[in-house]
Amino acid sequence: MSAPPAAGTARRPFGVALGPWASQIGITVAFALLWGMFIVLAPATFLNLPIYQSFAQTTPFFAIVAMPLTMVIVAGDIDLSFGSIMSLGMVGFIAAWKLTGSVELGIAAALATGVGCGLFNGIFVTYVGIPSLVVTIGTQFLFRGLAVALVSGKQFPLVTTSSSPLYDVLVGKLFGVPMEFIWLITIAIATWLLLNRHRLGQNAYSIGDNAQASALMGIPIRRTRITLFVLTGAAAAFAGLLNSLQVVNYYPAVGDGYLLPTLAAVFVGGTSVFGGWGSVWGTFLGAFMIGGISAGLVAIGLSDYYPQVVYGAVILVSVSIHAVLRRRFEY
Amino acid sequence: MADTADPTTGRPAGGRESARPPAAGVPAPLRLELSHVSKSFGGVRVLRDVSFRLGRAEVVGLLGDNGAGKSTLIKIITGFHRPDEGEIRFNGKPAEGLTVPKARALGVETVYQERALAEQLPLWRNIFMGRALSGPFGFLRVNEMRRVTEELMGQSMGFTSAALTPNTSVTGLSGGERQGLAIVRALHFRADIIILDEPTMGLSLKETEKLIHFVEGIRAAGKSAIFIDHNIFHVYSVADRIVVLDRGRVAGEFPTSRYSLEELMNIMREVAAGGSYTEAERYRVTGTTGGIA
Repeated sequence: MSAPPAAGTARRPFGVALGPWASQIGITVAFALLWGMFIVLAPATFLNLPIYQSFAQTTPFFAIVAMPLTMVIVAGDIDLSFGSIMSLGMVGFIAAWKLTGSVELGIAAALATGVGCGLFNGIFVTYVGIPSLVVTIGTQFLFRGLAVALVSGKQFPLVTTSSSPLYDVLVGKLFGVPMEFIWLITIAIATWLLLNRHRLGQNAYSIGDNAQASALMGIPIRRTRITLFVLTGAAAAFAGLLNSLQVVNYYPAVGDGYLLPTLAAVFVGGTSVFGGWGSVWGTFLGAFMIGGISAGLVAIGLSDYYPQVVYGAVILVSVSIHAVLRRRFEY
Repeated sequence: MADTADPTTGRPAGGRESARPPAAGVPAPLRLELSHVSKSFGGVRVLRDVSFRLGRAEVVGLLGDNGAGKSTLIKIITGFHRPDEGEIRFNGKPAEGLTVPKARALGVETVYQERALAEQLPLWRNIFMGRALSGPFGFLRVNEMRRVTEELMGQSMGFTSAALTPNTSVTGLSGGERQGLAIVRALHFRADIIILDEPTMGLSLKETEKLIHFVEGIRAAGKSAIFIDHNIFHVYSVADRIVVLDRGRVAGEFPTSRYSLEELMNIMREVAAGGSYTEAERYRVTGTTGGIA
């Protein structure tokens, strides 16, 4: 009525509409560039199936954990203990399996152990009120230590599990595609739905963005954060299971060394360290970027000493792209 | 900013011609009643024996210095804090174990001083913060939330700029637009009691004017409001009754129909200095001198 003509248009260029997409496009372009480079420099390897078979089998071991971890980070928390949960979950598997002879019960025990570890993390973080960074540094040692102590540091061959029909469901192949990859896709879709189309994700975004406001608006903060830790724990135990069954052997150090690649996948994917923003698509691509570097460099013919340098460069470049896009498009 | 033509005012049903309904004295069930509420934090008594009433179609102004306990009182009403002692009644019924979701279900919505918005999130997620529409298994009805947000943006917030969509994040909004968002959120859920905590902070003159109209609209629609502000001019212009808090207790209640702005300012000064005031007695002698209102 009394208002002058809309004055707001000028100050918001088209970029705002693009906003949230900018980072997705950025990471996709970065992925395409890296992969393009591999194809150009090592066409024999990267234009043939076997390397993709290999990626599809090994990358899920940490990419599966990176999915719920993305939600944990969106909610402003972090979990550094998942590598140890991968191992402790397998101790649950072995206990139940040895006791009953049932692979099914073993799987259930592994997942239950993962859930229990996540619950433990979540309760310490929310009820005792210790930052998750600190809690999960502690539980990283605790869970790993328990796993090592419970099996007295010994390995367990799992060869006989391969006769179970579930073995093929978990780590077999479907039309030549490794089941690990199919599980990853399934979990990625489920995570996307939970994060973007479910109350859990709505609450995770709000808490990560503004915990104080979330409390004022009545969002169940503790329940949400605990749920996210539980999902991560379960996913870690599941990944540990896939990893161990694939090599039909359990060794207590399983999961060791996955910590940094998994976190790198999440951050390369554009999820904000400060919470409130995250991308499942980004994490997915990030995982394959991190997972592909090592093999890619070997195929190109660079000596085995270079991967670390390239990891570092890829991580810094990706995170910088996100930072720049973020400033530019205000998302 | 300037394009917020028809602000939140138009929304509550009924005109906003601020015909003041007979607020005080009508024996209808009170919307909200707090009796003898006390609250301490770590041994410090923030509220002591506070009683507070809010009638239907009544706007109560809450005034008091920093640390008087205004925010704590509000957060008890919204279920954010539990009182140590005392009772809260909504529409005559005691509300025990009040939580934020329970209070919101009872029709309490709050526009917080800090606005309680999630900056990086799109507008629709902010509108439905803590109250997302969801279907089976907790999956969100995203399209419906976007549609409602779009309607609210057009009708109530007066966001006409084409660059603003329900998917826009809060980051790029001006102070007035943010306040509009916070208010519309409070209104959308058909609140019976709307609490405005320092709503004029950071608003331009024009935006403040709209806000005052908006509060009058709440009353015209038969709803109730608690209006907290540092600025006594703003509160006085719109409140039916002003409650002054001082160091955790109620120092006095003043219907704006009987106290002039000047008198109230003197009372505030006295209360701030000594915790009590003398003015009321003069009233008992002279009767109604007729306030400005």
